[in-house]
Amino acid sequence: MKNRFAWWPWALAALGLAWALSSLLPRRDTGFHIREFGRLPVLLNGRVQPFDSVARNNLLQLRNKQTVHIENERSLPAMNWLLDAMLRPEQAGKLKVFRIDHPELLALLKLDPNEKHFSFEQLQPSLEEVENQARRVDQKQAAERNAFERQTMKLFQGLLLYRRLLNSLRPESLDDPAADLEAYRQAIPDGIAAVHDRQAGKDFNEENLNRLMAHLQRFEPVSRFAYPLIIPPLDPAKSRDAWENIGTSLMEAARQGEIHPAARAYATMATAYRKGDTNGFNQALANYQAWLAQALHHEVRKAKAEGLFNQFQPFYQATVLYVLAFVFACLFWVRMSENVRRAGVLLLWTALLIHTFGLVFRMVLEGRPPVTNLYSSAVFIGWGAAVLGLILERFFRVGLGTAAGAGTGFVTQIIAHNLAIGGDTMEMMRAVLDSNFWLATHVITITMGYFAAFVAGFLGVFFILLGLFTRNLAGPMVQAIGRMIYGIICFTILFSFIGTILGGIWADQSWGRFWGWDPKENGALIIVLWNAIILHARWGGLVRESGLAVMAIFGNIVTAFSWFGVNMLGVGLHSYGFMDTGFYYLMFFILTQLLLMGLGMLPANCWRSLEDTGTTVASRIRLAALALSAVILALGYLVQFQLWFCLLACLILAAFLGIAHRLACPPTDQQQPQTA
Amino acid sequence: MLDRAYQALTSLRLTVVLLALATVIVFAGTIAQVDQGLYQAQARYFRSLLIYWSPAGSSLKFPIFPGGYLVGGLMLLNLLAITIRRMKPLRDHLGLWMVHAGMILLLLGQLFTDLFSVESAMPLNLGETKQYSEDFHANELVVIDASDPREDRVVSLPESRVAQGGTLDVPGTPLRLRVKQYWANAEILDQTTANALPTGADKGVGLGRFVLARPPTPRMEERNVPAAILELTAGPAPLGTWLASSLIGVPQEFSHDGKTYRLAMRPKRHYTPHSLTLLDLKHDVYKGTDIPKDFRSRVRIQDPKTGEDREAVIYMNNPLRYGGATYYQYQMAASGPVKSSTLQVVRNPSWLTPYLSCLLVGLGLTVQFLSHLVKFVREKAT
Repeated sequence: MKNRFAWWPWALAALGLAWALSSLLPRRDTGFHIREFGRLPVLLNGRVQPFDSVARNNLLQLRNKQTVHIENERSLPAMNWLLDAMLRPEQAGKLKVFRIDHPELLALLKLDPNEKHFSFEQLQPSLEEVENQARRVDQKQAAERNAFERQTMKLFQGLLLYRRLLNSLRPESLDDPAADLEAYRQAIPDGIAAVHDRQAGKDFNEENLNRLMAHLQRFEPVSRFAYPLIIPPLDPAKSRDAWENIGTSLMEAARQGEIHPAARAYATMATAYRKGDTNGFNQALANYQAWLAQALHHEVRKAKAEGLFNQFQPFYQATVLYVLAFVFACLFWVRMSENVRRAGVLLLWTALLIHTFGLVFRMVLEGRPPVTNLYSSAVFIGWGAAVLGLILERFFRVGLGTAAGAGTGFVTQIIAHNLAIGGDTMEMMRAVLDSNFWLATHVITITMGYFAAFVAGFLGVFFILLGLFTRNLAGPMVQAIGRMIYGIICFTILFSFIGTILGGIWADQSWGRFWGWDPKENGALIIVLWNAIILHARWGGLVRESGLAVMAIFGNIVTAFSWFGVNMLGVGLHSYGFMDTGFYYLMFFILTQLLLMGLGMLPANCWRSLEDTGTTVASRIRLAALALSAVILALGYLVQFQLWFCLLACLILAAFLGIAHRLACPPTDQQQPQTA
Repeated sequence: MLDRAYQALTSLRLTVVLLALATVIVFAGTIAQVDQGLYQAQARYFRSLLIYWSPAGSSLKFPIFPGGYLVGGLMLLNLLAITIRRMKPLRDHLGLWMVHAGMILLLLGQLFTDLFSVESAMPLNLGETKQYSEDFHANELVVIDASDPREDRVVSLPESRVAQGGTLDVPGTPLRLRVKQYWANAEILDQTTANALPTGADKGVGLGRFVLARPPTPRMEERNVPAAILELTAGPAPLGTWLASSLIGVPQEFSHDGKTYRLAMRPKRHYTPHSLTLLDLKHDVYKGTDIPKDFRSRVRIQDPKTGEDREAVIYMNNPLRYGGATYYQYQMAASGPVKSSTLQVVRNPSWLTPYLSCLLVGLGLTVQFLSHLVKFVREKAT
């Protein structure tokens, strides 16, 4: 029969694509050309980036979001906030950009415990208190600080950062930077003459000298505080790296006798912005852009491209599409309609397309292979999982590949989003990692091992949930999922092994030690060992499909430990970031996986797909298992998923499984509690 | 009996058990690094036959788990036995054969590396020439007979010998040492503090100073500073009591019977026939940050044996391989009055094995899984 409604999955996917691409459409600035200003190149973290990235990354660090929420109004883009902070601090000071979660810190600073975000004005009375506390905390090693101390330190650093941003375009107190700059320009020749006279021991004009010194004294703190380096090199052919911050450039002007054109341009824009002179601002901006285009077209292009990337936010769009694809894949199991399944597949294709586009865009921007840090590894894992999911779906048209690909894609994008809160995700590579060859080989293969392991684990979860709670896991289905898991585990071990060995070879190349038992190396080794265990157990006939599923879920734990857990230990060469909130989520994840494994180990005749007749014992055990899992999770939430609790949960789970086996398999029954 | 042992050795069940044990050991050894440091955790979990546990405050040791060497060794036997007995003919299972051969090579190579590789450091000040590198952990007590103006005669006694205490003869000299006291890690103080002990030395640097014992450091990047109080005699004649510590930079001199001797505790030295001179060093960071961008040392290699005399540049990911050793850029002090660069020196006769085994296993797995995949795709297509 012809499928009359075959068009709608395609239409849905096209709609998704159109929505994602719509963010690429050029947008016009009305009033001040703030978006254009955001595309100006500056140098920060050792790399040229647009002002917009500075704004977004710093706002992320302060309030975990890329926009500022204002009650009853549209949220303010990061660039608008930054421009206000730099030029109208009296207004920016009212915006709630500091996020504080810890109740003790809120109490200490006498802030409303029901709120999370605070403005600089609200914090101003307690600046001294924060500083005193931070000074005390600073004495302690990072790993020994408790949650309160870490939050205090974070707030202190946030305030410092804010202070630096305030001084990044002009000295903080200056009302009319353009006029002041003009006065400075006029003061330079006479002032310098006075300095020379004094050095030569001649009579000198004290008034001229003091006038110059007054300017320099204002610039000096700015040269120490100003954060991004906004003044480009005058002679880029000589040194492309010779960017300066505004303070240093202005101090330097006294020596050169001339003020840098960029400094003049920024001063004009600053004055115009403060006065609300839209035309003046836009004109000065256009002039400066024309000046930049003469010698720094490479930097201008890079900043524009990155600005476009920021606007596009491909990974965010992909995340939304992953969720949709996942929902349709799950709906398929309820409705069993081919159109629903196809909608899921097509949406996953769309998501993957956007994701790929973002990935390649980022690679070109950075001039690097896709994975350079933890953030980009998360982005890449999501991408790989989607690819693998689509391949699986191609061979087994049962919606599982889509679900696994979209599910893993979604979760890893969420993880990536949270990792981005740390700041600039395109930071420069330190010397030891600065090798595109090894980044492209070792890092990519090892990350491919990660995503394959997660997809296998995801399928394991599906196997158990479908088998236990639905009647859908019939004979051929059991084998199909079993084969999928098996195939992906083969893939995992291939890439994990090669990746691990390549890592060893890189280590041998860079510090002469093939294997140093570094935590990250050990993590990778554990993945290889665990997958080898799974494969040998299967080859030796020790496990069958359900056992394979349970083991694959444990693979999730192993992989998460290797990917994240070892970084939290804070030792070794790979400990590039000690994440404390991450630990909480990791333990949560591990606990859920353990519970799922527990469910998977329920006796065979408790599985809804496998029970002959709906016995009451079986369904009661199932229900009890679900209830127990829910209780453990709830209790875990209360005690913040601490390690001891997870261990205790394992013991309870084991006891429960023991009882379940006694109840479900009477002693007269010699049959092994083996599913399938 | 033998037959059953052989049966057990060739079972996949044993493989699974061994792999599981290895997983547990690697996991435990990783977690243990947080408290015990890499070096100690490595020795306890990976370079051991059995892992011992002692109750807190007791000197009793109970073996509680097989160690890395035991599990690794059994794994190797299991692997060999299975390869010999169970594997199908080479033609059908080329992939599996390659994987197993590669694994055997990897395990053996790592065992050899563990046993025979030597890592040391060569700190060089700008312009300095050295013919030796210093061990990262081991120390030695040296007595140098400096009476010959052309060359010194060095007698080296390993720290482990000094740690045993007692008296020992210094070979080739009439000198005899008695170790009065020894500390694996200790500070030398000018003034006394709580828990500090007077050195009791009546000669040399230790005179009037104090020793403060410290617990041995678990940190990989730190080293212990051993100290010892040594009483020297020559025949019946007592020469005095000295303090030796690797904190004391310059050897302490004394004479006996018209000969000049020097005494020093120092990091163990590994001498090479060739010498390295640090000609230049460079340390770049990314503009406006302290992220290291590039650090490199330009050195001159001189080998009187081969007559070789050339320059080489060593930087991150680009080591120098010369005379059986490999020199890596390790640390650098590019600012300050004395610029210096430290090279890591590694001698590892089996450094090539991982390259080969990676190739074998990688190819083997690819062949194996590709053949499965092709079969599967064909099956699906029909």
